[in-house]
Amino acid sequence: MQESGKDSIDLSVHNATKNFGDFVAVDSVSFDVEKGKFFSILGPSGCGKTTLLRMISGFIEPTVGSILIKNQDMAGRPPNQRPVNLIFQNLALFPMMNVAKNIAFGLERQKEKKAVIDKKTEEILERVGLPGFGEKKVDQLSGGQKQRVAIARSLIMKPTVLLLDEPLGALDLKLRDQMKVELKTLQNQVGTTFVYITHDQSEALVMSDHVAVMNNGIFEQVDTPQNLYAKPATPFVAQFVGENNKWEITIDKVSERKALGITKEGFKFSMPLEENLQNDDILQFFLRPESILLQPDPSIRDLNRFFVSVKTILFDGANSRILALLPQSRREIQISLPQNRQFDHIKIGDKIEAGWNPGSAITFPQEKVVA
Amino acid sequence: MIKRSFFKSRYLPYLLILPQIIVTMTFFYWPAIQGLSQSFFLSDPFGQRSQFVWFYNYIELFTDPLYLKSILTTFAFSLAVAAVSLSLGLFIASMANRALRAKALVRTMLIWPYAVAPAISGIMWLFLLHPSYGVVALGIKEWIGVDWNPVLYGGDAMVMIVMASAWKQISYNFVFFMAGMQAIPKSLIEAAAIDGAGPFKRFWFISFPLLSPTFFFLTVMNIIYSFFETFGIIHTVTQGGPGGSTNILVYKVYQDGFVGLNLGSSAAQSVVLMSLIIVITFLQFRFLEKKVQYGG
Ligand SMILES: Nc1ncnc2c1ncn2[C@@H]1O[C@H](COP(=O)(O)OP(=O)(O)O)[C@@H](O)[C@H]1O
Ligand SMILES: [Mg+2]
Repeated sequence: MQESGKDSIDLSVHNATKNFGDFVAVDSVSFDVEKGKFFSILGPSGCGKTTLLRMISGFIEPTVGSILIKNQDMAGRPPNQRPVNLIFQNLALFPMMNVAKNIAFGLERQKEKKAVIDKKTEEILERVGLPGFGEKKVDQLSGGQKQRVAIARSLIMKPTVLLLDEPLGALDLKLRDQMKVELKTLQNQVGTTFVYITHDQSEALVMSDHVAVMNNGIFEQVDTPQNLYAKPATPFVAQFVGENNKWEITIDKVSERKALGITKEGFKFSMPLEENLQNDDILQFFLRPESILLQPDPSIRDLNRFFVSVKTILFDGANSRILALLPQSRREIQISLPQNRQFDHIKIGDKIEAGWNPGSAITFPQEKVVA
Repeated sequence: MIKRSFFKSRYLPYLLILPQIIVTMTFFYWPAIQGLSQSFFLSDPFGQRSQFVWFYNYIELFTDPLYLKSILTTFAFSLAVAAVSLSLGLFIASMANRALRAKALVRTMLIWPYAVAPAISGIMWLFLLHPSYGVVALGIKEWIGVDWNPVLYGGDAMVMIVMASAWKQISYNFVFFMAGMQAIPKSLIEAAAIDGAGPFKRFWFISFPLLSPTFFFLTVMNIIYSFFETFGIIHTVTQGGPGGSTNILVYKVYQDGFVGLNLGSSAAQSVVLMSLIIVITFLQFRFLEKKVQYGG
């Protein structure tokens, strides 16, 4: 992230750690979120996302570390005295109140005048695309509408930072895709800083300016969605963000101009030349399905070319794949199957040529296994 | 299709429910019918002769100032018991719900009073509050200077049976309130907190409305309890006295019938009580199913 003036930082988390007994749920996490940005925390279930969010919102205090909002230390401040609001995993709409009452709840607690509350409620309902819904009961709403009411209830409090805990989790796929776009648009319009947590990489990639990938309580990488995908910093990120073929390989030979990788089964291919590559190094090797070209044009040079036998065709629209076997081995490899009709002839059992540019692979040194 | 066991005999089902029917007939319907018919007769105290008198017993009853007073006493008593036991049960439940660590222990401790029989609960309170040997009663007189004497004063006697009756019911209410509170998602409370509602406001605007089905159910249960199940307490603590000030309807049935040997009137009183139970139960079903519930 680029350095900019301190004033433009809305949320700053330093070294935040949370222990539950011996268990470290969140481990020394630090990050800054600039004003008006959409920041996502992406990680598998149980990695500590909610715990981190609850520390920011003030429901729990960090064991170690500090949380600053607009350069103010939040230590010891209860949730209602922090300029944040939270959209809960289950939305937490009040079932016994109608939509307008739900939204007005916070303003009523601030003893705002009724006329002002009514006006603001109507405005915010319009903003989230539910004009005139005030009198509806919560259980009359669809999943997407509940979503928007929850957003309206939080936004009406004008928080500096809006925290969202997997709010789209309960929606079905189609609606989720639609809400992703809406949420991003809404965030652009209101300009509030969003901190969004999810275990769904596509939500994080589509909506965010920056994404932190979290695993076992630590941040593995904080970066733009493009960089996470193209330049994952750790094996975990490479595997968690997008699809990847993962092999364990040994460096077979390093010359001045060329290195070779070899899988356990003896499949050899050339590797990008990196300075500290040693003979007999063991590496984790990642190759995205779409980095592998099917029947590459003979004119393309420097490809690792090889023949695979087609085992299964996984048709999934634009995401279609071939599951194929590498030459002389039982190792499976996923290859993207573009649906531009060029490859309609491919059948199970076919032997076809494939290839990848050595530069499109990503490698990491083998993790030391600590006994 | 779900496969079910299939029995050829048409009589087997009837045979199977027969014991239950016999028990219900013998111990409920038969006495109820007996009572109903008894209420239309006047008998002499020795059961020698009886005379069919139509609604005489009922007319007598509702023109008897003692009976009307007993109705008032019963309402005052049951409202007081319900109010005390509901509010304390709710209060303790909300406290126990907050105290995370001791929750299990607190719960177990608080459930115990419910296992105590009403008569025993009455005796215990007598030991505490009897004007001549009650420990607390002596303290009240000594330290607070109140002339506490439930043996002489009707008001004091009423307070005493309300306490003895409510005490047992608090634990019952507590269990239901506790269960009701745990069914409220924590996130609702937190959502209210982040919007600036303090503990009291959270309780009032969120927990309490969500507990209203529980609250309504318990109100009915408490009223039924104080109407019909407090006999043992009254009997051990005040015997309806002093001067009939704690003579609630169930106790009066017993007194008039078994002590006063006015069987006709006693039967008529039982019928009135039985109708009351039927009405309350009916209302409870109607309201619990319709009014006081929220979806989602
Ligand atoms: N109050 C708590 N006490 C003990 N362990 C907890 C508590 N809250 C969360 N945890 C543990 O911390 C870990 C992270 O939880 P959470 O932050 O909810 O994960 P996520 O939201 O990423 O799914 C989990 O293993 C969870 O069991
Ligand atoms: Mg979570």
